Amino acid sequence: MMENNNVIEVKELTKMFGDFTAVSAITFEVKQGEIFGFLGANGAGKTTAMKMLIGISKPTAGDAKVAGFDVVSEAENIKKNIGYMSQKFALYDDLTVKENITFFGGIYGLTRAKIKEKTRELTEELGLKDLTDKLVGSLPLGWKQKIAFSVSLLHEPKIVFLDEPTGGVDPITRRQFWEMIYKSANKGTTIFVTTHYMDEAEYCDRVSIMVNGKIEALDSPTKLKEQYGAETMNDVFLKLARG
Amino acid sequence: MSIVVSNISKSYKTVKALKNISFEVNEGELFGLIGPDGAGKTTLFRVLTTLLIADEGKASVAGYDLLKDYKAIRESVGYMPGRFSLYQDLTVEENLKFFATIFGTTIAQNYDLIKDIYVQIEPFKTRRAGKLSGGMKQKLALSCALIHKPKVLFLDEPTTGVDPVSRKEFWEMIKRLQQKGITILVSTPYMDEAALCDRIALIQDGNILQIDTPEAIIKHYPKAIYNVSADNMYQLIESLKAYEHSHSVYPFGEFVHYTDKRTGFDPKQLKQYLEEKKLAGISIEITQPTIEDAFMELAI
Repeated sequence: MMENNNVIEVKELTKMFGDFTAVSAITFEVKQGEIFGFLGANGAGKTTAMKMLIGISKPTAGDAKVAGFDVVSEAENIKKNIGYMSQKFALYDDLTVKENITFFGGIYGLTRAKIKEKTRELTEELGLKDLTDKLVGSLPLGWKQKIAFSVSLLHEPKIVFLDEPTGGVDPITRRQFWEMIYKSANKGTTIFVTTHYMDEAEYCDRVSIMVNGKIEALDSPTKLKEQYGAETMNDVFLKLARG
Repeated sequence: MSIVVSNISKSYKTVKALKNISFEVNEGELFGLIGPDGAGKTTLFRVLTTLLIADEGKASVAGYDLLKDYKAIRESVGYMPGRFSLYQDLTVEENLKFFATIFGTTIAQNYDLIKDIYVQIEPFKTRRAGKLSGGMKQKLALSCALIHKPKVLFLDEPTTGVDPVSRKEFWEMIKRLQQKGITILVSTPYMDEAALCDRIALIQDGNILQIDTPEAIIKHYPKAIYNVSADNMYQLIESLKAYEHSHSVYPFGEFVHYTDKRTGFDPKQLKQYLEEKKLAGISIEITQPTIEDAFMELAI
């Protein structure tokens, strides 16, 4: 059982590939409604760790519970209770906005009436009314990512995992995207997000920084800056990841 | 002038990728094209490296005309595309040898130029390029783009998707190449990298919004900008946006950057308004604009 109101509980989670330890006994918790930044250099083990948390990669050792379910024995339940989007995979380019919503709504087992309601809600909120019949591939990247985020929330998951959601997105849209994140966190959705933009790390309630498979630091941005005598999260990151 | 671009336009079917673009890059300059995905940066690179013909306009690179002298341009420039474009099933060394041979030179002849970069991947020279990590691929691609000692180097988003540590290292490499006299045109979606260039062009939707030194662009920012913070970030943003006098409201790290419509703006009034909105821990302090502020002000 989850204690307090932790929606993610990770204990000594480890993943080995042959004799290479990609993730080395990481331990942390994420609370409900928290915006949790999961940072690290390329190759530090972030993606491997995230894959274990969303139930698509089996840990070599350790335990993790996500939304109350065990990542090994209840992986299917995790998939139903989380949302996921990444920079690389988000929506189908050759389907329209509406078709994408219908498709993903169907995948998540929403009823037809619910899909209809969600489509209306989503298009109104994003100001998309004239765009619903456009192919997603024809939209600017920033739009796609905003729609993809909304789609990942269609089934009202407890947690949404965002893997570099704003890479390459223009600065204004990038901020609109973060306002959407704040809004859903404010409603109680937990946000688990990776990013290479260090200003975005500052938007998180707490941030963990992975170095060579281990979590080397975990705290609020303010406390991390104090701890490392740094002015910005970028400096904290450089100090840690340079080792 | 190392690069002269005048009134270049390029469309793909209905999309205007470049709209009447003009700018010049001095010899030995490190010039940055700063803009998001879809701004037209890659199209511009492909036009200037003679891989794509513009619909309108003229340009010269290293003194050669884009159309008449395209072969001379190809010999004089190095191009590192945004997507990894080396041969995945050749080894590190084979790739480098291949590019040297194509350009009628040898690795030994120009080893000095690539030494700093290549030594970092030399221990893996028998590994296939496809098996390299992202950072190593990038170093190999840069070595291959430099092996014929180009006068002008085109780097299309070399740091996209790269972590802050590797980004910093990459920029240190770029700076060293500039010191060797190479003119560099580099594009990036990261606004904080703009400050590392001699001059930059801010680009969005195929238009150049502004060209200047990073310092001048910041200096010309038209408004006083304030760092605002409070206990609840989400409510702070919502409240600031709803404030009748607000001109712009953008989250910036731990603060919100706020500008006001009025010329005689008094932060006390804003503080009072935020207190009425039941926000606590309010702080409002004047701050320096960044390139990103300038970009957003121009892009609205």
